[in-house]
Amino acid sequence: MDSVRFDREGPVDRIPMALKILVAGGFGAGKTTLVSALSEVRPLQTEEILTDAGSDTDDISGVEGKTTTTVAMDFGRITINDDLQVYLFGTPGQDRFWFLWDELAFGALGAVVLADTRRLADCFPSIDYFEQRGIPFVVGVNCFEGARRFGLEAVRRAIDLDPDVPLLLCDARERQSAKLLLISLVEHVARQRGEPVPVG
Amino acid sequence: MRADRPRSRHEWLDAAAGPVVRPYTLTGGRVRPSGRGLGLMALVRAEPGADPAAHPRLQPEHRRLVELTRRPAPVAELAAQLDVAVGVVRVLLGDLLTRGLVTAHEPASVPGRFDDDILKAVVSGLRAL
Repeated sequence: MDSVRFDREGPVDRIPMALKILVAGGFGAGKTTLVSALSEVRPLQTEEILTDAGSDTDDISGVEGKTTTTVAMDFGRITINDDLQVYLFGTPGQDRFWFLWDELAFGALGAVVLADTRRLADCFPSIDYFEQRGIPFVVGVNCFEGARRFGLEAVRRAIDLDPDVPLLLCDARERQSAKLLLISLVEHVARQRGEPVPVG
Repeated sequence: MRADRPRSRHEWLDAAAGPVVRPYTLTGGRVRPSGRGLGLMALVRAEPGADPAAHPRLQPEHRRLVELTRRPAPVAELAAQLDVAVGVVRVLLGDLLTRGLVTAHEPASVPGRFDDDILKAVVSGLRAL
């Protein structure tokens, strides 16, 4: 970002600090629903362009004449106060879009991984991704109507989750429930630093 | 992590892929912004008194971006509001930056900078939602 004019002080009013939280999980696990439940702006989808040139090359000249496709990422915003905003990014669901995750994950505070007990294995790649990169995460078991209810410990065993990683039941449609996932994540991040955040 | 280079040009294009488009028509075929690209969370703000009408070569989308950034907005949100892909909005914003119509501010978002006070503020802010 060398050429971008940095202006942290702000000439007139300050630029708010922004925290990024990722929302991950398998296709159909409720990522869009969760971001929508939390965001103060109407549900937004932002798109990244994929080209058949692949992502590992700078040489994309002439791409305008080639086949491209787009991949959607959910985006949401929560204003904490005048100086602090939380941005939510739903990660693309398909495995082949992993390379897009790297930009999304850079500088992220942490992630919420949504699990669907009907397709539990779908959340494994997300969990692997965050574990390997040391990005703090919590797992929310989205309680879909009609889904079999499992005990949390059974789910924890099934996904071989580290005992320190918070695991919660949630309803991604409900703002209060979605909120608790984020709070759990931030508290988890704080605990990992050895500085507990007091309740209240 | 990098994706493997696609083996064929059709590998991306299955039922789950988005529509096949020519998104860079808006930018006149330019795929890279002048200068380096902005991050998804970079906050963009129109300069006070910025008047895109004084720049006849700008397109309606440029003008819309200036209007949208009268209040600072992140790149990802601008792309969504304008209903164009992030890569496209980065090019358009590069044009506006070059002309001095907007400024961009990368947020302080390095993990080490999230100190305890910030985490507490986030928790109490979320509880109050």
